[in-house]
Amino acid sequence: MTDFFISLGMDAGWAFFVASLAGVLLIAFPLMLAVAIVIYCDRKIWAAINLRRGPNVVGPFGILQSFADGLKVFLQETIIPSASNKGIFILAPIITFTVALLAWAVIPFDAGVVLADINVGLLYILAISSLSVYGVTMAGWASNSKYPFFSAMRAAAQMISYEVSIGFILVCVVLYAGTFNLTGIVEAQRGHGLGIVNGYWFNILLFPMWVMFFISALAETQRVPFDLTEAESELVAGYQTEYSSMAFALFWLGEYANILLMCALNTLLFFGGWLPPVDWEPLYAVPGFIWFFAKTFFFFFMFSWVMATVPRYRYDQLMRLGWKVFLPLSLVFVFLISGWLMLTRYGGAA
Amino acid sequence: MSVAHLIKSFTLWEFVKAHALTLKYFFKPKVTINYPFEKNALSPRFRGEHALRRYPNGEERCIACKLCEAVCPAQAITIESEPRSDGSRRTTRYDIDMTKCIYCGFCQEACPVDAVVEGPNFEYATETREELLYDKAKLLANGDKWERAIAANLEADAPYR
Repeated sequence: MTDFFISLGMDAGWAFFVASLAGVLLIAFPLMLAVAIVIYCDRKIWAAINLRRGPNVVGPFGILQSFADGLKVFLQETIIPSASNKGIFILAPIITFTVALLAWAVIPFDAGVVLADINVGLLYILAISSLSVYGVTMAGWASNSKYPFFSAMRAAAQMISYEVSIGFILVCVVLYAGTFNLTGIVEAQRGHGLGIVNGYWFNILLFPMWVMFFISALAETQRVPFDLTEAESELVAGYQTEYSSMAFALFWLGEYANILLMCALNTLLFFGGWLPPVDWEPLYAVPGFIWFFAKTFFFFFMFSWVMATVPRYRYDQLMRLGWKVFLPLSLVFVFLISGWLMLTRYGGAA
Repeated sequence: MSVAHLIKSFTLWEFVKAHALTLKYFFKPKVTINYPFEKNALSPRFRGEHALRRYPNGEERCIACKLCEAVCPAQAITIESEPRSDGSRRTTRYDIDMTKCIYCGFCQEACPVDAVVEGPNFEYATETREELLYDKAKLLANGDKWERAIAANLEADAPYR
């Protein structure tokens, strides 16, 4: 895109700046639109499984429901509790939202369609998703209210616990792909399974990793059954309790942008990103970004499906699963996978 | 922990089963009534918004006996009465505080002339509380508006009373 702006007569520096800005907007606005649609889909899927109808009045099939909710929230007054720490209180939703958008910079939507094609893309995502806990913790702390505080404590412990096993799972994928670059990881999955299936999921060693990654992603984004930070029966609305109006909306946008990010990561790391499900020539006629969005939406459907099926975990069960099941299992698999690759790819004992 | 249990927990068997079940439900027809566009059938005994009825000749039924006021457990009804110019006893005031009413139906049970009834209407939400303090004019207007439905319901329910 930089070349295009240079051809318009800008000098290289300005062209790069304008091209980057255009790229950022091209990702951020469709993302927010996608979040609105996805919130609607979430409610519809949940409703359908409960044999309810879900939102169906605003617009055709209720598809404008999220926009109506957004407008309502936008018109409300932002209430800042007098006992809160005002600066941090306002900063917290901004951080949550910004961090949720930041990670999208390295997500490739199609071959070469990526804002920042950096060679440590996966590490960048790991770093950014660790930052997202700050928004929640600051919100809980600054609210100066006991339920948000409990919620923030839980969120911090939960997200850190599951990031550890997510880290090991990513190590497994990186070992196989031989690169941290997300484009490279997707390309490495071409024909991975028996020469026809595009994706690391079709691999006896990596399939359990995908299952664990999916469950950890649920915990990382605080979705049901790991939504202890928002457990409404115990904590009102968790760290969002004291928030209203746009601050509340920013939390929601950030939360769903994070969920979409985790769905996209599932797609990129295990299901071959923009590649068709199988390495068969006619399927490449469908544009890559359509495969990418279809797969991402499929994972979002799975997120909603889980939400409608599984009851909430108890806190000690959550911690047990994270530290006593996922951490040792993922460690074992790092060992197995590196051993297997050592034997098969790098020619036995070094 | 038995071997079967181990295999089941490592293959997430219970979760797979649960998700298969919910996926089956995902495709089932919805049971929710599409409310504002589609409404449930109501029993003839349904106790909704109150109304004061009239005789077919236009004379109001209420004779100000105040049985409803006396029986009302929520004390939502206020009646004042005095003889009319033709000598019959009539109400000068008949108020029902709909915010107090518990819709028990005792008033219509107590009424000797079927004047006060609870009609089939349940959609009378208002924006202010004051609008829910019904006076005699409002109740009589309700009666005129819902008379056909109320009369049909009373007739349908009559054999069981």
